Amino acid sequence: MKTLREIYAYRQMIISLVRRDLRGRYKGSVLGFLWTFINPLLQLCVYTILFSTILKSGIEKYYLFLFVALIPWLFFSNCLTGGAGAILGQKDMVKKIYFPREVIPIAYVTSSFVNMLLCFVVIFGVILFSGNGLSGEALLYLPLVMAVEYVMALGIALLTSAITVYFRDMEHILGIAGLAWMYLTPIMYGPDAVPPEFLRLFEMNPMMPVIMAYRDILYYKQPPQIDTLLRAFGLGLLVLLAGWLVFEALKKHFVEEL
Amino acid sequence: MNVIEVQDVYKKFRLYYDRSQTVKERLLFHSRNRHEDHWVLKGVSFAIQKGEAVGLIGENGCGKSTLLKLISQIIYPEKGEIRIQGRVSSLIELGAGFHPDMSGRENIYTNASIFGLDKAKIDEKLQTIIQFSELGDFIDNPVRTYSSGMYTRLAFSVAINVDADILLIDEILAVGDTNFQAKCFDKLREIRKSGTSIVIVSHSLGQIEQFCDRSLWIDNGVIRMQGKPREVHFQYLESMGEKRLAAQEKERAEAIASGRIPPPQKLGNEFARIERIQLVNEAGKPAIVFKTGERMDVLLHYSCSKVLENSTVSLQLLRSDGISIYASNTRIDGLDGLTLMEDGRILLTFDSLNLLAGEYFLNMGLHAADGDIYDFKEQAAQFTVYSDLQDVGITRLDHRWRLEDPERKEA
Repeated sequence: MKTLREIYAYRQMIISLVRRDLRGRYKGSVLGFLWTFINPLLQLCVYTILFSTILKSGIEKYYLFLFVALIPWLFFSNCLTGGAGAILGQKDMVKKIYFPREVIPIAYVTSSFVNMLLCFVVIFGVILFSGNGLSGEALLYLPLVMAVEYVMALGIALLTSAITVYFRDMEHILGIAGLAWMYLTPIMYGPDAVPPEFLRLFEMNPMMPVIMAYRDILYYKQPPQIDTLLRAFGLGLLVLLAGWLVFEALKKHFVEEL
Repeated sequence: MNVIEVQDVYKKFRLYYDRSQTVKERLLFHSRNRHEDHWVLKGVSFAIQKGEAVGLIGENGCGKSTLLKLISQIIYPEKGEIRIQGRVSSLIELGAGFHPDMSGRENIYTNASIFGLDKAKIDEKLQTIIQFSELGDFIDNPVRTYSSGMYTRLAFSVAINVDADILLIDEILAVGDTNFQAKCFDKLREIRKSGTSIVIVSHSLGQIEQFCDRSLWIDNGVIRMQGKPREVHFQYLESMGEKRLAAQEKERAEAIASGRIPPPQKLGNEFARIERIQLVNEAGKPAIVFKTGERMDVLLHYSCSKVLENSTVSLQLLRSDGISIYASNTRIDGLDGLTLMEDGRILLTFDSLNLLAGEYFLNMGLHAADGDIYDFKEQAAQFTVYSDLQDVGITRLDHRWRLEDPERKEA
């Protein structure tokens, strides 16, 4: 409770860090902020070429099917791998000044989240281009799903950023774990492609209901199923709780370990 | 009201012989993860009131910086409790979170927010900060274009203007030019008057004396003494001096033993010998630290094998770098023909030791009337002088200032 109050008192710091990160990210590059849009578009091109011409998937408008799941995934995976180094990256600040340590992962996740929101401009552009259309009713659920994913990403970032301070290997492990996680989440394929005997195992993946909800809203133009939403929400809270507890336990000795 | 309460605080650091940081190393070389616990603080308790300024002094590695970090809550104690009331600002890390590509103005927002200020509060403070930094129009240029002086001035302006309840300072800053430094000191005094508590870690005892109500002397992880800065510093310097002398003597003895330097040459025919020389302070106690203007008694113990008539005692005072400051003897001072008999003492008194801060030593000798040396001791006594004023040089000359009336000048 005390920590929450403190984080609220330091909200301006979160805002400052997010702004600094967003503005500083593409400083010095020629295309600057445009990279926020160019990068996902180019990724889309690569996957589309791969899956529409070489590994044919047979899914209608596959690029859209993929894209609406890929952007949310990139946000999450960025929080998983990049978030791990968040505390290490701000080592000078952590070592010298007091502030609630949670601020750093929160700012990191928020900045990635804002980045994803900007990418949604591209998503809507692609949807418009595809002529697939949108459902107003389904779209109402979009902020909710985003909020759930934010909570989950924050939990993961709290967890990995704190552990990485003690085990520097985390960053490398997470690089490969993130890749495996991506292929084990129905992003490039639908859940129906999962062999039924493994389905139970797949359902333990907290990102699965989130990705399915995004795809329901943006690709199938239908509100996500209530049990998908509930499962996503429940798992999100669980991840956040785990991340929070680990962070609280580990944060006291950050400075000595850095 | 106490804004800082430190209660029986213990803090240890782990010293690893061979630090392994990765999982592989931790698992494979488990036995190599040997470490030693080093207790930096061993039961420290004190409280600091609102508006109080406290100086932390002590040798390097005594734990004073660790204590400052504990107060700023970036590390936590193993045992004991630290209670802090209000916002802490520190002049320890200046310019935290500065982004080189952002303008000075934008960086003020980032930096101030790290101290926990919200937007409205920063808006309110913005003009004061910019004005204090003396950056003028440069404030809208990217920070990477700043000189290092401009950079620190800006950072300092933010840190000092965030209306903290507690301000922590590690080593009084050498920020900017002398003018800016003077301004910083004025500002520090001002915020102290407004009720901010200040904790300073410094090796500059003079500045602590000027600025603080209280000094805490940390020695080997415990509070050795606390109280009025002047009194604490006196004891502190004395203890430091003793340690230094002991170390010097040990080094010298070792050097002589190993043949690196020749044993001290015996001068004189030793009809009389200087047994030992003692320095005594105003309070009549043996001392090796004196304050400028204080009385110093030099007590020379001698012994002689026969009655020596018409003897002279000589004195030479030098600064540690070898500059001779003063030399005299009993004959020059009008004491003709001292008679030395058996064992005795000679007392030499400086009523007012007008030396400025520094290290000094005395050479003393016993001579016959014709100048023959009975005994001569180089560096017979060493002592430290500390000054309560900022005047510099070797000695304090009596002087007065007076502002002449304009009319009188014309007359």
